[in-house]
Amino acid sequence: MTRYTSATDADLEAMLGAIGVGAVDDLFAEIPADLRLGRALDLPAGLSETECFDHLASLAERNADADAELCFLGAGIYDHYVPAIVDAITQRSEFLTPYTPYQPEVSQGGLQVMFEFQTAISELTALPVSNASLYEGPSSVASAAYLAIGATGRTRLVVSRGLHPHSRETLRTYARGFSAEVVEVGLEGGLTDVAELRDALDSEAAAVFVENPNFLGAVEDLRALASAATEAGALTVASVDPLTLGVLRPPGDCGVEIAVGEGQQLGGRLDFGGPSFGFFCATENHLRRMPGRIAGETVDLDGRRGFVLALQTREQHIRRERATHNICTSQALNALGGIVYLAWLGKRGIVELGELLARRMAYARQRLAEIDGVELLHEAPAVREFAVRLDAPVPAVLDRVAEEGIAAGYWLGREYPEYDDGLLIALTERRSKADIDRLADALARAIAETAAVDGLLPDSGKKPSMAGEVGA
Amino acid sequence: MKPSVPLTPPTNAETPTPQQRERATTIFERSVAGRRAGTLPPLDVPERPLDELIPRELLRDRQPELPEVSEPEIVRHYNRLSRRNFDLDTGPYPLGSCTMKHNPRLNERVAALPGHARLHPAQDPRRAQGALELMWRLERALAEICGLEHVSLQPSAGSHGELAGLLLTRAYHEDQGERRTRVLTPDTAHGTNPASVTMAGYEVVKVATDERGGVDLEDLRAKLDERVACLMLTNPNTLGVFDERIAEITQLVRDAGGTLYYDGANLNAIMGHTRPGDMGFDIVHVNLHKSFSQPHGGGGPGAGPIAVSDRIEPFLPVPRLVRSEDADGAAPRFDFDHERPKSIGRLRGFAGNFGVFVRSYAYIRSLGGDGLAEASETAVLNANYLLARMKQGSAGRFLPVAFDRLCMHEFVLSGAPARRELGVKTLDVAKRLLDFGFHPPTIYFPLLVDEALMVEPTETETKEGLDALADAFEQILAEAERDSEIARSAPYTTPVRRLDEAKASRRPVVRQPL
Repeated sequence: MTRYTSATDADLEAMLGAIGVGAVDDLFAEIPADLRLGRALDLPAGLSETECFDHLASLAERNADADAELCFLGAGIYDHYVPAIVDAITQRSEFLTPYTPYQPEVSQGGLQVMFEFQTAISELTALPVSNASLYEGPSSVASAAYLAIGATGRTRLVVSRGLHPHSRETLRTYARGFSAEVVEVGLEGGLTDVAELRDALDSEAAAVFVENPNFLGAVEDLRALASAATEAGALTVASVDPLTLGVLRPPGDCGVEIAVGEGQQLGGRLDFGGPSFGFFCATENHLRRMPGRIAGETVDLDGRRGFVLALQTREQHIRRERATHNICTSQALNALGGIVYLAWLGKRGIVELGELLARRMAYARQRLAEIDGVELLHEAPAVREFAVRLDAPVPAVLDRVAEEGIAAGYWLGREYPEYDDGLLIALTERRSKADIDRLADALARAIAETAAVDGLLPDSGKKPSMAGEVGA
Repeated sequence: MKPSVPLTPPTNAETPTPQQRERATTIFERSVAGRRAGTLPPLDVPERPLDELIPRELLRDRQPELPEVSEPEIVRHYNRLSRRNFDLDTGPYPLGSCTMKHNPRLNERVAALPGHARLHPAQDPRRAQGALELMWRLERALAEICGLEHVSLQPSAGSHGELAGLLLTRAYHEDQGERRTRVLTPDTAHGTNPASVTMAGYEVVKVATDERGGVDLEDLRAKLDERVACLMLTNPNTLGVFDERIAEITQLVRDAGGTLYYDGANLNAIMGHTRPGDMGFDIVHVNLHKSFSQPHGGGGPGAGPIAVSDRIEPFLPVPRLVRSEDADGAAPRFDFDHERPKSIGRLRGFAGNFGVFVRSYAYIRSLGGDGLAEASETAVLNANYLLARMKQGSAGRFLPVAFDRLCMHEFVLSGAPARRELGVKTLDVAKRLLDFGFHPPTIYFPLLVDEALMVEPTETETKEGLDALADAFEQILAEAERDSEIARSAPYTTPVRRLDEAKASRRPVVRQPL
């Protein structure tokens, strides 16, 4: 037997006897012989716990993680501190190992967590209804398109180029199923071009999709964007960074009908991009079209306060092909981490964090702009992330600073040919002034050296080889 | 230690338990102005007024009302809440189609290693080779288990894999210059199947189930034509029975030009015994949070990787993981490839739920090929043993099996006789099981079985645990023969009793007013 099973020979004999067959293999008799595998799976033999641990540890060692480097990478996933209580609470068996709360009488813990999570996210976004989580950011954006198409009967999706490239790509993937057309609106000075947006809006536009702060870190004027959408009878979907909502005007106060986003910032690990959670909030009139689980408050037979999965008739297990979404398993445990984090940060902390980030951002922008060969990519206001242009090939500069143990940022040329010289730099409360200074000094050296080497090459316009680079 | 006959729990609600006497209080209600838990590093740059950095009109006027609570209060609050949950680490959880098997703690430990948990997804792949190699090895293992060569780990859950599979089908047909509009699903299908079909822009056409619980071939033939894009199937299906005519079924659909989609929710029955690819399927999703031990977390996270056939491969989501080997015998290199012109595109951000991949990979390496095959054998053994027990006594009389044949890893009972003869519905039996310390089976699914109970014990339950579960059913039914009111008003011992679900949907309160 394996270490996770327990049928002894005596058990086996008794159980087969009760079933009335002679061998376990007889239980597989209904699988036709020509479909039986008839051999062992071609996989390595099982490992003891120590061997397995050592093997996984040796793989982990070959990754340069955010403890091994000074990490200024962002692009939607951020290296915030994860409080110890988040790990302690999310690792409790009672939260870690139950299924979706189909039996509310024995799931009050999980259901109340959902209710508290919904309250916190609704409060942050200033929109009255929130679900209990979706998979993650970009697929939540695509899910908002499904709602918008259903709610408006229109099939044109107008998307700002400031929306995360992964969200735009995911939206395009899903849009093929919705038979929807995706139209992109460009950026001007780092911000969504409102005039171009107005031109793109017509009577077929179901929704406008924007991000705040946008992918370049710029704080958009959500009210202006939403008002353009509203005038055309389209909904506004804003993908927002929840950690900036202590300071930024929330989508619900800007005329936005649907706010979605990535929740990793709220107590989530980096985890190489997942699992995290997505959130989905809306105005009250869209409640019955919302995707995913929603917990609601009610009472039991004796009048005690309790919580249940509300409005289940929206969902796939009841409504099947007429469901508002196909989602079943979502990200409940990560959403628990999110509410614990928000309770830890608290009412004052979320404001203080936003202020700290914005002030360090101002310092970092100023400090980097002083470097020879660096200029700001845009002058728009920013909170936690900003973009610069380098007067040297970005991938080569990144390689140089990586040698000094710094992950300097995200190369915008991966997804924006127009910003081939662009670098996106993210801050969290873990990146101090001293860290910013270290980044600035390293970048200055790397640019000088790279530019010098570049200048010596006969074909100095040519980018260095990008073998092994994502998106090259 | 043999807990054969469970002790009888209370049969009425006269004496509330301590938990029942405690009013549910939210973290917001514990808030007291001025308290806090987290503190931040001090400001180390000039303290400039915020509205000097960001224009006033873009700033928030009113602070969000997050709780103000100290750390000890947060810990107490969530620990107390956790005790209002039933969980797999505490007791049996025979929830059909959910594969509630043990979640090894080793997997949590390796997922938490800094090299995994602290790795940024935008890290240069050259400096994340361990992560890419882990994903590569997991892809290869899933390809072998499924009998399909090409794998994408990207989908975030089973339903996400289904949507991917249908978008792949659409891309495949469009590439052939075809436009097909319908997808066939059996009437026993999981609810996600038809919901995914609609999201992918297809029309659902139901296929009937025959008297043995398999696909009704005549109905299938009648519905197969040039409009059919795909057949989505689970095998063993949601009745827990293996459709022995599966090769004929897949051939019929293939001949009609459709693709074959395998819902891998029930893969735990067949690992190392038979493979969806060998049955003729093109696309399989694998629920890592079912067969491969990722904890369910009260509703996620999971992951729903897909394995596909050669004809579907060009359309797989980007980025694809690629491995290259230099001729000089150096270690292989791993990378992400975004340049796949026929790809359906992305399904989400970055490369998927990597933390889930780590846990499931650790599980696969812990068991090895033989261990996985044994896991499936034991899962099937446990289900058949429990079924044999359930065929006896009052259970056999009032909760007969829906399709009387060998089952695979789960089986479906019908509570119709219990309702008719005892006045006790499946819901009542389920609620009374809670008082005995068991999580009930899945109820009222599949839809074609009247008063259905769908039972999946999994391989990690002991024989004693299965006996105790069968004994509890027996005792509940014996009790109901004497006094059906006991079950009808159950449960009595849980933190709350039956809840008014209609109220919660009629006048929904989905957040706390602050």
